[in-house]
Amino acid sequence: MNTDTWLVVPLYNEGAVVGDVIRHARETFCKIVCVDDGSSDNSADVAREAGAVVVTHPVNLGQGAALQTGITYALGDPQAQYFVTFDSDGQHRTEDAARMVQRLRTEDLDVVLGSRFLDAKVEAGAMKRLVLKTAVMFERITTRLKVTDTHNGLRAFSRFGVEKIHIRQNRMAHGSEILQEIARNNLRYAEEPVHIIYTDYSRAKGQSLWNSVNILNELFLDR
Amino acid sequence: MGDQIVIKVVLVIALIVLMGILLVPRKGARPLAIRRLTYLLLLIAAIAAVVFPGWLTWLASLVGVGRGTDLLLYGLVVVFISHSMASKSENAASDQRFTALARRIAIDDAESAAEAGQRLASGR
Repeated sequence: MNTDTWLVVPLYNEGAVVGDVIRHARETFCKIVCVDDGSSDNSADVAREAGAVVVTHPVNLGQGAALQTGITYALGDPQAQYFVTFDSDGQHRTEDAARMVQRLRTEDLDVVLGSRFLDAKVEAGAMKRLVLKTAVMFERITTRLKVTDTHNGLRAFSRFGVEKIHIRQNRMAHGSEILQEIARNNLRYAEEPVHIIYTDYSRAKGQSLWNSVNILNELFLDR
Repeated sequence: MGDQIVIKVVLVIALIVLMGILLVPRKGARPLAIRRLTYLLLLIAAIAAVVFPGWLTWLASLVGVGRGTDLLLYGLVVVFISHSMASKSENAASDQRFTALARRIAIDDAESAAEAGQRLASGR
Protein backbone atom coordinates (compact mmCIF):
# COMPACT_ATOMS: atom_id res chain seq x y z
CA MET A 1 0.00 0.00 0.00
CA ASN A 2 2.45 2.63 -1.16
CA THR A 3 4.88 2.07 1.70
CA ASP A 4 7.37 4.27 -0.12
CA THR A 5 5.05 7.28 0.01
CA TRP A 6 4.15 9.77 2.74
CA LEU A 7 1.04 11.90 2.56
CA VAL A 8 1.71 15.30 4.17
CA VAL A 9 -1.47 16.91 5.46
CA PRO A 10 -1.45 20.38 7.07
CA LEU A 11 -4.16 20.50 9.69
CA TYR A 12 -5.81 23.54 11.21
CA ASN A 13 -9.23 23.32 12.87
CA GLU A 14 -10.68 20.66 10.57
CA GLY A 15 -11.95 18.34 13.30
CA ALA A 16 -15.32 18.00 11.60
CA VAL A 17 -13.97 16.38 8.42
CA VAL A 18 -10.37 15.27 8.92
CA GLY A 19 -11.29 11.88 10.42
CA ASP A 20 -13.13 10.76 7.29
CA VAL A 21 -10.45 12.27 5.05
CA ILE A 22 -7.66 10.31 6.80
CA ARG A 23 -9.61 7.03 7.02
CA HIS A 24 -10.39 7.22 3.31
CA ALA A 25 -6.82 8.18 2.35
CA ARG A 26 -5.41 5.33 4.46
CA GLU A 27 -7.07 2.84 2.11
CA THR A 28 -4.53 3.95 -0.50
CA PHE A 29 -1.63 5.43 1.49
CA CYS A 30 -0.66 3.79 4.78
CA LYS A 31 1.80 6.51 5.80
CA ILE A 32 0.15 9.83 6.59
CA VAL A 33 1.56 12.67 8.66
CA CYS A 34 -0.78 15.43 9.82
CA VAL A 35 0.88 18.63 10.94
CA ASP A 36 -1.40 20.20 13.51
CA ASP A 37 -0.76 23.91 13.20
CA GLY A 38 -1.95 24.92 16.66
CA SER A 39 -5.60 23.94 16.15
CA SER A 40 -7.96 25.00 18.90
CA ASP A 41 -10.36 22.10 18.29
CA ASN A 42 -9.86 18.33 18.54
CA SER A 43 -8.38 17.97 15.02
CA ALA A 44 -5.16 16.35 16.27
CA ASP A 45 -6.96 13.65 18.29
CA VAL A 46 -9.36 12.89 15.46
CA ALA A 47 -6.48 12.56 13.00
CA ARG A 48 -4.47 10.34 15.35
CA GLU A 49 -7.49 8.11 15.94
CA ALA A 50 -7.98 7.78 12.19
CA GLY A 51 -4.47 6.39 11.93
CA ALA A 52 -2.25 9.32 11.01
CA VAL A 53 0.98 10.35 12.72
CA VAL A 54 0.44 13.79 14.21
CA VAL A 55 3.23 16.36 14.48
CA THR A 56 2.15 19.37 16.51
CA HIS A 57 3.42 22.91 16.04
CA PRO A 58 3.75 24.46 19.52
CA VAL A 59 2.22 27.66 18.08
CA ASN A 60 0.31 28.52 14.91
CA LEU A 61 2.80 29.19 12.11
CA GLY A 62 0.75 28.97 8.92
CA GLN A 63 0.02 26.44 6.19
CA GLY A 64 3.32 26.84 4.37
CA ALA A 65 5.25 26.20 7.57
CA ALA A 66 3.09 23.14 8.28
CA LEU A 67 3.85 21.69 4.84
CA GLN A 68 7.59 22.14 5.34
CA THR A 69 7.40 20.57 8.81
CA GLY A 70 5.53 17.55 7.43
CA ILE A 71 8.03 17.16 4.60
CA THR A 72 11.02 17.49 6.93
CA TYR A 73 9.43 14.90 9.22
CA ALA A 74 8.70 12.41 6.42
CA LEU A 75 12.25 12.76 5.09
CA GLY A 76 13.28 11.13 8.39
CA ASP A 77 11.84 7.82 7.14
CA PRO A 78 14.60 6.20 5.07
CA GLN A 79 12.01 4.18 3.16
CA ALA A 80 10.23 7.30 1.94
CA GLN A 81 10.74 7.94 -1.77
CA TYR A 82 7.65 9.97 -2.63
CA PHE A 83 5.93 12.83 -0.85
CA VAL A 84 2.40 14.06 -1.52
CA THR A 85 0.91 17.28 -0.14
CA PHE A 86 -2.78 16.76 0.51
CA ASP A 87 -5.47 19.01 2.01
CA SER A 88 -7.26 18.04 5.19
CA ASP A 89 -10.68 19.38 4.21
CA GLY A 90 -11.60 16.62 1.77
CA GLN A 91 -11.24 18.54 -1.48
CA HIS A 92 -8.60 16.22 -2.94
CA ARG A 93 -9.17 12.69 -4.24
CA THR A 94 -6.79 9.90 -3.27
CA GLU A 95 -7.05 8.29 -6.71
CA ASP A 96 -5.59 11.48 -8.20
CA ALA A 97 -2.76 11.38 -5.66
CA ALA A 98 -2.05 7.71 -6.40
CA ARG A 99 -1.91 8.43 -10.13
CA MET A 100 0.55 11.28 -9.53
CA VAL A 101 2.86 9.05 -7.48
CA GLN A 102 2.64 6.40 -10.19
CA ARG A 103 3.86 8.97 -12.72
CA LEU A 104 6.87 9.77 -10.50
CA ARG A 105 7.66 6.04 -10.42
CA THR A 106 7.45 5.48 -14.15
CA GLU A 107 8.54 8.80 -15.68
CA ASP A 108 11.67 10.91 -15.32
CA LEU A 109 10.07 13.53 -13.09
CA ASP A 110 10.85 15.28 -9.80
CA VAL A 111 7.48 16.93 -9.27
CA VAL A 112 3.92 16.28 -10.41
CA LEU A 113 1.52 19.17 -9.85
CA GLY A 114 -2.22 18.72 -9.73
CA SER A 115 -4.18 20.93 -12.08
CA ARG A 116 -7.94 21.39 -12.03
CA PHE A 117 -7.90 23.21 -15.36
CA LEU A 118 -6.64 20.24 -17.35
CA ASP A 119 -9.82 18.48 -16.33
CA ALA A 120 -13.23 19.27 -17.74
CA LYS A 121 -14.94 19.06 -14.37
CA VAL A 122 -14.24 22.52 -12.93
CA GLU A 123 -16.90 23.50 -10.46
CA ALA A 124 -15.44 26.83 -9.36
CA GLY A 125 -17.53 29.96 -9.74
CA ALA A 126 -16.79 32.66 -12.33
CA MET A 127 -15.11 35.02 -9.87
CA LYS A 128 -12.94 32.30 -8.38
CA ARG A 129 -11.96 31.18 -11.85
CA LEU A 130 -10.96 34.74 -12.79
CA VAL A 131 -8.78 35.04 -9.67
CA LEU A 132 -7.12 31.69 -10.33
CA LYS A 133 -6.50 32.46 -14.00
CA THR A 134 -4.92 35.80 -13.09
CA ALA A 135 -2.69 34.00 -10.59
CA VAL A 136 -1.65 31.55 -13.29
CA MET A 137 -0.74 34.39 -15.65
CA PHE A 138 1.32 36.06 -12.93
CA GLU A 139 3.19 32.83 -12.12
CA ARG A 140 3.89 32.08 -15.76
CA ILE A 141 5.49 35.48 -16.15
CA THR A 142 7.53 35.42 -12.93
CA THR A 143 8.69 31.78 -12.98
CA ARG A 144 8.49 30.99 -16.73
CA LEU A 145 6.95 27.63 -15.87
CA LYS A 146 4.20 26.48 -18.19
CA VAL A 147 1.63 25.66 -15.58
CA THR A 148 -2.14 25.85 -15.78
CA ASP A 149 -3.03 25.87 -12.07
CA THR A 150 -0.79 27.51 -9.49
CA HIS A 151 -2.77 27.27 -6.30
CA ASN A 152 -3.57 23.60 -6.14
CA GLY A 153 -2.56 21.97 -2.86
CA LEU A 154 -2.24 18.51 -4.41
CA ARG A 155 1.41 17.94 -5.38
CA ALA A 156 3.67 14.92 -5.51
CA PHE A 157 7.46 15.08 -5.14
CA SER A 158 10.26 12.59 -5.47
CA ARG A 159 12.82 12.50 -2.66
CA PHE A 160 15.29 14.32 -4.92
CA GLY A 161 12.74 17.00 -5.75
CA VAL A 162 11.50 17.61 -2.23
CA GLU A 163 15.02 17.88 -0.82
CA LYS A 164 15.65 20.80 -3.20
CA ILE A 165 12.58 22.72 -2.11
CA HIS A 166 12.59 24.89 0.99
CA ILE A 167 9.34 26.59 1.89
CA ARG A 168 10.06 29.85 3.68
CA GLN A 169 6.68 31.45 3.10
CA ASN A 170 4.94 30.44 6.29
CA ARG A 171 1.46 31.60 5.44
CA MET A 172 -0.28 31.55 2.08
CA ALA A 173 2.32 32.43 -0.52
CA HIS A 174 3.94 28.99 -0.43
CA GLY A 175 2.11 27.94 -3.61
CA SER A 176 4.01 30.55 -5.58
CA GLU A 177 7.19 29.83 -3.68
CA ILE A 178 7.13 26.12 -4.56
CA LEU A 179 6.87 27.05 -8.24
CA GLN A 180 9.77 29.49 -7.87
CA GLU A 181 11.83 26.74 -6.25
CA ILE A 182 10.98 24.32 -9.06
CA ALA A 183 12.13 26.90 -11.60
CA ARG A 184 15.27 27.86 -9.67
CA ASN A 185 16.40 24.26 -9.24
CA ASN A 186 15.43 23.25 -12.78
CA LEU A 187 13.36 20.37 -11.45
CA ARG A 188 11.58 18.18 -13.99
CA TYR A 189 7.87 18.74 -13.53
CA ALA A 190 4.58 17.76 -15.10
CA GLU A 191 0.94 18.52 -14.45
CA GLU A 192 -1.71 15.91 -13.88
CA PRO A 193 -5.41 16.68 -14.28
CA VAL A 194 -7.16 16.37 -10.94
CA HIS A 195 -10.68 16.91 -9.79
CA ILE A 196 -11.28 19.22 -6.85
CA ILE A 197 -14.34 18.44 -4.78
CA TYR A 198 -15.89 21.76 -3.79
CA THR A 199 -18.19 21.04 -0.89
CA ASP A 200 -20.11 23.69 1.01
CA TYR A 201 -17.57 23.11 3.76
CA SER A 202 -14.52 23.86 1.62
CA ARG A 203 -16.28 26.69 -0.15
CA ALA A 204 -16.93 28.44 3.15
CA LYS A 205 -13.22 28.20 3.95
CA GLY A 206 -11.97 28.95 0.44
CA GLN A 207 -9.61 31.61 -0.76
CA SER A 208 -11.15 34.91 -1.70
CA LEU A 209 -10.15 37.71 -3.99
CA TRP A 210 -8.81 39.58 -0.97
CA ASN A 211 -6.49 36.71 -0.23
CA SER A 212 -4.66 37.18 -3.53
CA VAL A 213 -3.75 40.68 -2.37
CA ASN A 214 -2.39 39.19 0.86
CA ILE A 215 -0.41 36.60 -1.07
CA LEU A 216 1.20 39.27 -3.28
CA ASN A 217 2.06 41.26 -0.19
CA GLU A 218 3.69 38.24 1.44
CA LEU A 219 5.67 37.42 -1.70
CA PHE A 220 7.18 40.87 -2.12
CA LEU A 221 7.16 42.61 1.22
CA ASP A 222 7.70 39.93 3.85
CA ARG A 223 11.21 38.79 3.17
CA MET B 1 3.21 73.16 -10.07
CA GLY B 2 6.15 74.34 -12.18
CA ASP B 3 8.15 75.90 -9.36
CA GLN B 4 7.91 72.79 -7.19
CA ILE B 5 9.41 70.53 -9.80
CA VAL B 6 12.74 70.10 -7.97
CA ILE B 7 11.25 68.75 -4.74
CA LYS B 8 8.84 66.57 -6.70
CA VAL B 9 11.70 64.99 -8.62
CA VAL B 10 13.75 64.55 -5.43
CA LEU B 11 10.87 62.92 -3.51
CA VAL B 12 9.78 60.66 -6.35
CA ILE B 13 13.38 59.49 -6.87
CA ALA B 14 13.77 58.86 -3.14
CA LEU B 15 10.59 56.76 -3.06
CA ILE B 16 11.58 54.83 -6.21
CA VAL B 17 14.98 54.08 -4.66
CA LEU B 18 13.16 52.80 -1.58
CA MET B 19 11.02 50.56 -3.79
CA GLY B 20 14.18 49.28 -5.46
CA ILE B 21 15.74 48.46 -2.09
CA LEU B 22 12.51 46.70 -1.18
CA LEU B 23 12.40 44.47 -4.24
CA VAL B 24 16.10 43.57 -4.44
CA PRO B 25 17.42 41.30 -1.68
CA ARG B 26 20.37 42.72 0.18
CA LYS B 27 22.91 41.26 2.54
CA GLY B 28 26.38 42.01 3.83
CA ALA B 29 28.34 44.76 5.48
CA ARG B 30 27.97 47.55 2.92
CA PRO B 31 24.18 48.06 3.13
CA LEU B 32 24.43 48.02 6.92
CA ALA B 33 27.20 50.62 6.86
CA ILE B 34 25.23 52.77 4.43
CA ARG B 35 22.21 52.60 6.70
CA ARG B 36 24.26 53.63 9.72
CA LEU B 37 25.91 56.51 7.85
CA THR B 38 22.47 57.68 6.72
CA TYR B 39 21.23 57.74 10.29
CA LEU B 40 24.38 59.68 11.29
CA LEU B 41 23.81 62.25 8.53
CA LEU B 42 20.17 62.59 9.54
CA LEU B 43 21.19 63.28 13.14
CA ILE B 44 23.68 65.93 12.05
CA ALA B 45 21.01 67.50 9.81
CA ALA B 46 18.55 67.46 12.71
CA ILE B 47 21.05 69.24 14.99
CA ALA B 48 21.78 71.78 12.28
CA ALA B 49 18.07 72.40 11.80
CA VAL B 50 17.61 73.02 15.52
CA VAL B 51 20.59 75.36 15.89
CA PHE B 52 20.15 77.21 12.60
CA PRO B 53 16.43 77.12 11.66
CA GLY B 54 17.12 79.55 8.82
CA TRP B 55 19.29 76.96 7.13
CA LEU B 56 16.33 74.64 6.58
CA THR B 57 14.26 77.41 5.01
CA TRP B 58 17.17 78.33 2.76
CA LEU B 59 17.48 74.69 1.61
CA ALA B 60 13.70 74.51 1.12
CA SER B 61 13.60 77.54 -1.15
CA LEU B 62 16.56 76.10 -3.05
CA VAL B 63 14.58 72.96 -4.01
CA GLY B 64 11.35 74.88 -4.55
CA VAL B 65 9.43 74.23 -1.31
CA GLY B 66 7.86 77.24 0.40
CA ARG B 67 8.83 76.67 4.01
CA GLY B 68 11.48 74.74 5.90
CA THR B 69 8.77 72.93 7.90
CA ASP B 70 7.34 71.47 4.69
CA LEU B 71 10.75 70.12 3.73
CA LEU B 72 11.08 68.64 7.21
CA LEU B 73 7.73 66.87 6.78
CA TYR B 74 8.74 65.43 3.40
CA GLY B 75 12.01 64.22 4.87
CA LEU B 76 10.13 62.65 7.76
CA VAL B 77 7.85 60.73 5.38
CA VAL B 78 10.79 59.25 3.47
CA VAL B 79 12.66 58.32 6.66
CA PHE B 80 9.52 56.81 8.18
CA ILE B 81 8.79 54.63 5.16
CA SER B 82 12.35 53.38 4.89
CA HIS B 83 12.43 52.66 8.61
CA SER B 84 9.20 50.62 8.48
CA MET B 85 10.57 48.66 5.54
CA ALA B 86 13.79 47.88 7.36
CA SER B 87 12.00 46.72 10.48
CA LYS B 88 9.62 44.63 8.39
CA SER B 89 12.47 42.73 6.82
CA GLU B 90 14.19 42.27 10.18
CA ASN B 91 10.89 40.90 11.45
CA ALA B 92 10.73 38.41 8.61
CA ALA B 93 14.24 37.21 9.40
CA SER B 94 13.43 36.66 13.04
CA ASP B 95 10.20 34.88 12.02
CA GLN B 96 12.35 32.44 10.04
CA ARG B 97 14.47 31.65 13.06
CA PHE B 98 11.38 31.23 15.21
CA THR B 99 9.82 28.88 12.65
CA ALA B 100 12.95 26.72 12.50
CA LEU B 101 12.92 26.43 16.29
CA ALA B 102 9.21 25.55 16.46
CA ARG B 103 9.64 22.99 13.67
CA ARG B 104 12.49 21.33 15.50
CA ILE B 105 10.43 21.09 18.70
CA ALA B 106 7.43 19.70 16.80
CA ILE B 107 9.48 16.97 15.10
CA ASP B 108 11.47 16.08 18.22
CA ASP B 109 8.25 15.66 20.21
CA ALA B 110 6.65 13.35 17.64
CA GLU B 111 7.19 9.61 17.18
CA SER B 112 10.35 9.13 15.09
CA ALA B 113 9.52 9.01 11.39
CA ALA B 114 11.53 5.83 10.77
CA GLU B 115 9.66 3.95 13.52
CA ALA B 116 6.28 5.37 12.54
CA GLY B 117 6.97 4.39 8.94
CA GLN B 118 7.70 0.78 9.87
CA ARG B 119 4.70 0.57 12.17
CA LEU B 120 2.32 1.96 9.54
CA ALA B 121 3.80 -0.14 6.74
CA SER B 122 3.26 -3.33 8.76
CA GLY B 123 -0.38 -2.35 9.27
CA ARG B 124 -0.43 -0.94 12.83
